[in-house]
Amino acid sequence: MLKLTINKKTYELDIDPETPLLWALRDVIGLVGTKYGCGMAQCGACVVHLNGEAVRSCVTRVSRAVGKQVVTIEGLAENNDHPLQKAWLELDVSQCGYCQAGQIMSAAVLLRENKNPTDKDIDQAMEGNICRCGTYLRIHKAIHLAAEMQREGSK
Amino acid sequence: MEQTKSTYNRRSFLRSSLLAGGGLMISFTWLPEAAQAASPKELPDQWNELTGYIKISSDNSIKIYNPNPEFGQNVMTSLPMIVAEELEADWQKIVVEMGPHDSVKLGAQFTGGSNSVRMYWKPLREAGAAARQMLLEAAAQTWGVPVEELTAKAGTIYHEKSGRSAVYGDLASKAATIPIPKGMKLKQAKDFKVVRNSQKNVEGLKIVTGKPLFGLDYKHEGMLIAMIHHPPAFGMKLKSFDAAQALKMPGIKDVFTLKLYEEGFEQAGFDTRSFNDLLVVVGKTTWEVMNARKKLIVQWEPTGDTKNTMAGRGGEKREVVVPGDLETTSKQLAKMQEYAKRPAQQLRKDGDPETAFKNAAQVIERTYNAPFLAHNCMEPMNFFAHVTEEKALLVGPLQAPGWTEPTLAKLLKLPPDKIEIQMTRMGGGFGRRAYGHYLSEAALISRKVNAPIKLIYTREDDMTYGIYRPMYTATYRAALDANKNLIAFHVKGGGIPEHAIHANRFPAGAVDNYLAEGWQIPSNITIGAFRAPRSNFNAAAEQSFLDELAEAMGKDPIDLRLELLKRAKENPVGKNNEYDADRYAGILNLVKEKSGWGNPENKKYNRGVAAYFCHNSYAAHVVDIVMKNGRPFVERVYSAIDCGIVINPDAAANMVEGAVIDGIGNAFYGRLSHKEGAAEQNNFHRYRMIRHSEAPDQIEVHFVQNDIDPTGLGEPPFPPVFGAVANALYKATNKRLYDQPYLDQLLNSTNKSENRKSF
Repeated sequence: MLKLTINKKTYELDIDPETPLLWALRDVIGLVGTKYGCGMAQCGACVVHLNGEAVRSCVTRVSRAVGKQVVTIEGLAENNDHPLQKAWLELDVSQCGYCQAGQIMSAAVLLRENKNPTDKDIDQAMEGNICRCGTYLRIHKAIHLAAEMQREGSK
Repeated sequence: MEQTKSTYNRRSFLRSSLLAGGGLMISFTWLPEAAQAASPKELPDQWNELTGYIKISSDNSIKIYNPNPEFGQNVMTSLPMIVAEELEADWQKIVVEMGPHDSVKLGAQFTGGSNSVRMYWKPLREAGAAARQMLLEAAAQTWGVPVEELTAKAGTIYHEKSGRSAVYGDLASKAATIPIPKGMKLKQAKDFKVVRNSQKNVEGLKIVTGKPLFGLDYKHEGMLIAMIHHPPAFGMKLKSFDAAQALKMPGIKDVFTLKLYEEGFEQAGFDTRSFNDLLVVVGKTTWEVMNARKKLIVQWEPTGDTKNTMAGRGGEKREVVVPGDLETTSKQLAKMQEYAKRPAQQLRKDGDPETAFKNAAQVIERTYNAPFLAHNCMEPMNFFAHVTEEKALLVGPLQAPGWTEPTLAKLLKLPPDKIEIQMTRMGGGFGRRAYGHYLSEAALISRKVNAPIKLIYTREDDMTYGIYRPMYTATYRAALDANKNLIAFHVKGGGIPEHAIHANRFPAGAVDNYLAEGWQIPSNITIGAFRAPRSNFNAAAEQSFLDELAEAMGKDPIDLRLELLKRAKENPVGKNNEYDADRYAGILNLVKEKSGWGNPENKKYNRGVAAYFCHNSYAAHVVDIVMKNGRPFVERVYSAIDCGIVINPDAAANMVEGAVIDGIGNAFYGRLSHKEGAAEQNNFHRYRMIRHSEAPDQIEVHFVQNDIDPTGLGEPPFPPVFGAVANALYKATNKRLYDQPYLDQLLNSTNKSENRKSF
């Protein structure tokens, strides 16, 4: 039995400890906001936070998450009001939307570490997240806007 | 108000009905002739019905159903906006839902061909206007006042004289008893309040909070997971397998084979599939099935030449031989060069091109090549199916339920009304999900295991057995006289397995002597529509060639195009020219102005321009490239688009930005190559996608402001990106690039431009 804490809730799973966290989340727990894109840490659609760090859940064994805090897109903000979520809506970033949860989860770690990221910082932090629809420009703008909201909010 | 004759004829009808519990429902059924008129060339015969809904309940909630599948083009928002506009509803209070699919009552629902808004524009306006008129009439009867004294605004009807008002919900039941008006009074464009104003994506919040929206997210009681173990290469098939180890793996229910199409099955145009003999693993969870699949011991063997039976439009079928070769990209290229020398099919001829070329003072000839491309939708192909003896439920991402349903009906031997297809949001489409073989596969698997299943393609499955953009080549020739006037133009295009030539497009119509020819090489590598099919290659090749031609003629590349368009307008050559020269020139002039073309302050940029017409709309881009550490980066892009009335401007700009980035990515890196029939790229570590740092810093999108009915936007901005990038790369590197992907050629080539000569 694996005991996991996901979005502050505790789950006990009776699954192969080798199972990628992605499939534990999607198939077993039923949190499907975290997406499958490549299965080999190439596209970033599956990014979640493990003790606050962005990890690719498709190549992270579920056993690695035992005793740690897992946060998925569903638990990023209690009222779905993370500055990134608000900025994404304000700038209407999404097209198909499939990659956006992963984009936001990657960006959330960047914004926590860097209150005022430059375009270059964003490029570096986000390079592992593919958007097939090509919303990169709006994602950049939304991260800048979220950083601004975050700075205003903390004043 | 603009009076319109109803587009509903005896073959189509509007319907209104009382909802259980009170309220009005308006739907309209649109039968074949009407839908065909939307795009006679691009809509196959079986795909020609459409429908939309408005539901108003007595508690005053207004629900608008989006009729067309959503794959990121934002029709979930833009199509209901059109209804709400004519309905005079308060957009902020509208509830939008994805409509169901029903091939008889609701008709064709098709995302593709930049068709959604174009196809639905008038019918949805009429549906909204009819509902508004019925609600007004209901108020007039209730209050005993002339309908002319009433106004409708934001979901409320007002009688100014008496000061009375009522919300739509209060009138809905009464309105449902009013006959459908015969002539619709449509609003004038100047009075639009919802349309032409940016409205936010109605599913935006669900997307950023991770709600289940996509096919892969769909869950069903007792659902199993299925995967197909496919042959390692095109031209191979299953010989034998040993599933003993796989069946011992945890969670595994069954391993079996099944045939997708039986011998002689008449394939319709969108029944394309890569492999017919399927080895299937079914189990409880995705991870368990993935693991078990690796334990299969399988022998494969060459297919040899095979036959497909294709359904003909008039009922006659034909046999098509699919060659069994294990194809390799370098050999395909050599074969294309050989085929290019042979006589080809003449597609159009104006004047006397042979003589003009013979007498020319100068002939410029260039050959362009482009590889197969994989769609690489972020959400891999997948579909849920629950098939029983009596009925079938299918849920998932697809562009063309109306094309897939007849196939399912044939395969499952079920009448269409026993087949329910629910459309989820798609994690990208780009043409790939117009091919519904994966629904058919899912359905047959479900029937076989007698359980609800979800068929999932891994990324590797998705990339290595796709329905790809074909491999293309084209040789362009231009003849100049002694004064450097263009006297003849010749294009000869080929491809595996089809060529890309649109013979009646620009510069056809602008040159006295013109010849277009095409040839093709059959292949077992499966191909299909990919964002702006054919155009996505033509706009690379032709627009690069025009740039080189302008240089040879000593002309500015925009000026040369404008001169040719002037000729095409004032004194067109030949017949059937597909484009409108004024609209074409309009985008060139707009991009020229907005980009500051020729402005000295832009000299630090390596600028390339291209313009193209496809899918009824016009797009031009100016691309500004800078070199950093010996590598080109697109820093800025200016885009000018004429797609008629823009429904949702900010979302439309987003789509153009996306098309620009998609175009840069595919122009720089896109390639699917084969070795002995096997795709050499099977995941994103080998298939290079454009990433964050490679996107431009700035994309300025400008729409031509006019009141032309919408002409489509999903595809038109994509093709000319390739040409503009190639032309900017020439300025940046002083090398003309002829082979895609351009960065491969640039980083691998010598200093001298090389060009394969085909003729």
